[in-house]
Amino acid sequence: MGLGGLLDALWQVEFLRMVVLAAVVFTFLAVGGPLFLVLAERKISAWIQARVGPKHVGPHGILQTVADTVKLLQKESIVPHRADVVLFTAAPVLVAVAALLDWIVIPFAPGVIVRDLNVGILYFAAVSSLTVIGILTGGWASNNKYSLLGGLRSAAQMVSYELPLGFSLLVVATLTGTLSTVRIVEAQPYPAHFYPSVIVAAVVFLIAATAEANRIPFDLPEAEAELVAGYFSEYTPMRFALFQLGEYGALLASSALFTTLFLGGWKGPFALPGVGPVVDGMVWFLLKTYAVVFFLMWVRWTYPRSRIDQLLNVSWKILLPVSMANLLVAGVLVVLG
Amino acid sequence: MNAEALAFYALAAMVLVGGFLVVQSRNLVHAAISLVPTLLGVAGLYVLLNAEFVTAIQILIYVGAITVLILFVILLTEGATGLRVRQRNEQVPLALLVCGILVVLFLVVLLRVPWGPPTGPMPAYNPGAVGRSFLMPYVLAFEVTSLVILASLVGAIVVARREG
Repeated sequence: MGLGGLLDALWQVEFLRMVVLAAVVFTFLAVGGPLFLVLAERKISAWIQARVGPKHVGPHGILQTVADTVKLLQKESIVPHRADVVLFTAAPVLVAVAALLDWIVIPFAPGVIVRDLNVGILYFAAVSSLTVIGILTGGWASNNKYSLLGGLRSAAQMVSYELPLGFSLLVVATLTGTLSTVRIVEAQPYPAHFYPSVIVAAVVFLIAATAEANRIPFDLPEAEAELVAGYFSEYTPMRFALFQLGEYGALLASSALFTTLFLGGWKGPFALPGVGPVVDGMVWFLLKTYAVVFFLMWVRWTYPRSRIDQLLNVSWKILLPVSMANLLVAGVLVVLG
Repeated sequence: MNAEALAFYALAAMVLVGGFLVVQSRNLVHAAISLVPTLLGVAGLYVLLNAEFVTAIQILIYVGAITVLILFVILLTEGATGLRVRQRNEQVPLALLVCGILVVLFLVVLLRVPWGPPTGPMPAYNPGAVGRSFLMPYVLAFEVTSLVILASLVGAIVVARREG
């Protein structure tokens, strides 16, 4: 069904639905993203480093990020001297909106999806590339050399890793014969002879998604020690919070897409007793997604940061050739049936 | 006015205002950023035409890649950022002439094409069909485009090597 056709008859209803869904997804993103993930990150890093982590606000410190958020919202908003005010203000909004748009094609459970687009994974790749513009703009508009360097690094990195990411998506599209996320989930589990190709695509996707989300070992755009947090170092709390929302939102969206493409989406190993397919699907989907998030956090607190040349070499000299070869293998596998 | 027309005019306004800012901004970074609403508006027009694949490609290539590339080049070029650059030169009359001719040409084409009612439903879309049309009826255009891109890629590397 085309979007244009839907606009015709009852477009007011459609418009209302759009607003409500945006609010719902945004709330999910804000609560399930930064609010929960920052706490998880702090707890997991503490656990890995044999520390205790936040402990005082609420039982076992679970209200720590709520308190932090309230603090962030109360602080004064400052625009740096000689910054480009319009772009400085627009950049964090663009990053947050791009993270929000990713979720349109993520299926939470059978039938629970904002819109099952024909071009689902292509759409995902397209809107997640909008983040780069926000980061680049924010870095430049801050009128700070560290911010600009962070923004430029980020652009170089994200553009480089978009290619292997795109190739992994292509492999999945080749194997399943569709771009729709719902139909990709329905096509799983993959036939056994697809496994070599699927596993390589999954590994490439995970590495590239880590780089796209600017996380260690690929967090050069915001390397604290050399760039003072990179592109968002000049941002005061409210807008900083939007960047955080975009960043953790992108992390969560990548994990959700990984779950959708490679871990069977809403399909669980067994059906939960006493709940409908929708609740069952959502529980399995969120469990898998947060398991992937946990894995990425584990990686972050285990490995050191890489250098920019290492980072670009990994993308152009290893991941790209491997994923190109993998695409060829996937084609052969499909033809051989 | 129905909703589709409303959406069309909103998107068209977005494209036109964005395009005006692109050519009129005296700050190069602003001009480059103004490409974003312009190109997104065009993507929106593709949605109205039920061309979802083209929409996604438009956003992926033009907004996500080309604009970033342009921004990247501007930000890396010393002296071009934050400056107020003159957007006009001595060739205004010539440009006006060319634009005038183009407007006349477009008008002629627009008025001469018999715009009939839409014929039948849209053909069923699937990625396989897109792939097949690339590799069967349009294979020559596809390969020639690839060759041009490859040539420019090699050219860019040669130019960069010489300077570095």
